[in-house]
Amino acid sequence: MALSDALRAEFEELCTHYPERRAGLIPALHRCQDENGGWLTPEILEDLADFFGLAPVDVYGVASFYPMFRLRPVGEHVISVCHNISCALRGAEALLEHICERTGARPGLDGTSPDGRFTVLRVECQGACANAPMVEVHGEYHEDLDPAKVDRLLAELQSGAPARGAR
Amino acid sequence: MAPKMPWPTYLLDRVGLPDSHKLEVYRQHGGYAALEDVLRKPWKPEEVTAVVKDSGLRGRGGAGFSTGLKWTFMPDPAKDGRRRYLAINADESEPGTCKDRVLMEKDPHGLLEGCLISAYAIRAEAVYIYVRGEYRKSLAVLQAAIDEARAAGLVGKGILGTSFDCEIWMHMGAGAYICGEETGLMESLEGKRGHPRPKPPFPAGYGLWGQPTTVNNVESIFNVPFIVQRGAEWFRSIGTKGSTGNFLCGISGHVERPGVYEVPMGISARQIVEELAGGVWKGRKLKAWFPGGSSTGMLPAAAIDTPMDHDSIKNAGSMLGTGAMIVIDETVSLVEAEYVIARFYEHESCGQCSQCREGTQWLDQILHRIARGHGRVDDPALLESLARGMAPAKTICALSDAAAIPTLALVKNFAAEVQEHATTGRLPAGCVSILAAQDLQEAHA
Repeated sequence: MALSDALRAEFEELCTHYPERRAGLIPALHRCQDENGGWLTPEILEDLADFFGLAPVDVYGVASFYPMFRLRPVGEHVISVCHNISCALRGAEALLEHICERTGARPGLDGTSPDGRFTVLRVECQGACANAPMVEVHGEYHEDLDPAKVDRLLAELQSGAPARGAR
Repeated sequence: MAPKMPWPTYLLDRVGLPDSHKLEVYRQHGGYAALEDVLRKPWKPEEVTAVVKDSGLRGRGGAGFSTGLKWTFMPDPAKDGRRRYLAINADESEPGTCKDRVLMEKDPHGLLEGCLISAYAIRAEAVYIYVRGEYRKSLAVLQAAIDEARAAGLVGKGILGTSFDCEIWMHMGAGAYICGEETGLMESLEGKRGHPRPKPPFPAGYGLWGQPTTVNNVESIFNVPFIVQRGAEWFRSIGTKGSTGNFLCGISGHVERPGVYEVPMGISARQIVEELAGGVWKGRKLKAWFPGGSSTGMLPAAAIDTPMDHDSIKNAGSMLGTGAMIVIDETVSLVEAEYVIARFYEHESCGQCSQCREGTQWLDQILHRIARGHGRVDDPALLESLARGMAPAKTICALSDAAAIPTLALVKNFAAEVQEHATTGRLPAGCVSILAAQDLQEAHA
């Protein structure tokens, strides 16, 4: 993906919010990742380096520092499962195992199901502690989960219906 | 969302209203009146700082430092003509903490009004609200609120027809706990890795882009319009001598009704657990609890009558932190619980300081081997020795302390359980594992 003119225009506007251009880098990485189906290719990082006037290794250094940026391909639906303390106390591990069995994806080096539909990730605290356990999919939080609710969520994702946050 | 409390409340009073996020609703409930008063009277900036300082408001982001005192560290504008910034720390990432999100999603204008008054007090020309990247709803709601406020002449040039100019910009983080540390936050806002800066210089002298900057937590700033309108004396009438006002207590873990509750400083922890959160779930017994997030030391059940204020919790051997209580029942191995937390700090260490980079890995690995039944007899002593090498204040920032403190609390407050777990290799009697069935599956992708 070369940066589209629309994204370039958006990032030019973004840079006006700050006295220095590179402050727009992290928000720009987010936009590119969203546009590219959930991960950042080496080409995107190079394009952004060019846009911000930075060395590619500098942009890579930033992108690789932040857990939300994915530098390897991901499945169609990325399911981030919180495994931190408040969720772990309310069954996050059993929930994660259930999700792995249903999707065929397992957190690890790859984490993507053989059919490419799901990537399952372990993530740290998402700030939904009073509504544990939780997962995040496509930017939406799904909270107070149990296996039945997860099955409904997965069915919605499988059918292509937009998965709404269970708030 | 905000049940009626048996004491006077103010922080969550608007969150249950229909369309509470809209400017119109906010104004109907007295919103922006404090800003109007400050700008039209007009108050001097130093007067705003003075009332906030006199109120005794202590930062709600974890450290509990006086908000007003922090503002006085900003240089005298007569002698230092540089640009000045206010950064709002909305990188809520301390495990157990989920309170700022409620304010941002349900009462965004309350935060914006607090930002504007605070920016006026420290003479900041712009406010950056740094929201953790996962909080997409908070980002969207706040951005819509800023757009509304700008259209109404409340943000930008000549606010409310006065000479006060102030911009408010949203900024999206990307999932790193370390960016909740104020200098890590500033580096991240500048588009870099979130590596905390050595201090001094402090942000008030050398902050965002090298300019004078103050960093405050969302809930701290949310208190400001109330203090300006109702006065320092009113604020000091709530809570204790050393910890004033109400605060948002997020309670999670093994209680019947986890949630975010507005409580006065000094309320007993027991009252929060039993009356607000419905007690320990499933009729079980309390085993341990964190008073204010995962970096505060775990306390035993016997300490549950401790008042929730900075001094009392400190005397009990822990910290009030973010006021996020995590409750653990009798079925949980505390080694397992602490392992989950050590794993988190290992993942989040930025790697600059060796004590933290190496220390968090060792804590993670040793707690892991005890939890998995491969502990050694001297592991508890080793944990303590390592933790003492990581804190206090041995590193650029407090992440190392945040990992060491709960480890030290574990080996001190629950010494017998930890020793027995390490020696026998078995979960304590009556405990059920909270970890994955297979230990090879615990890694992050």
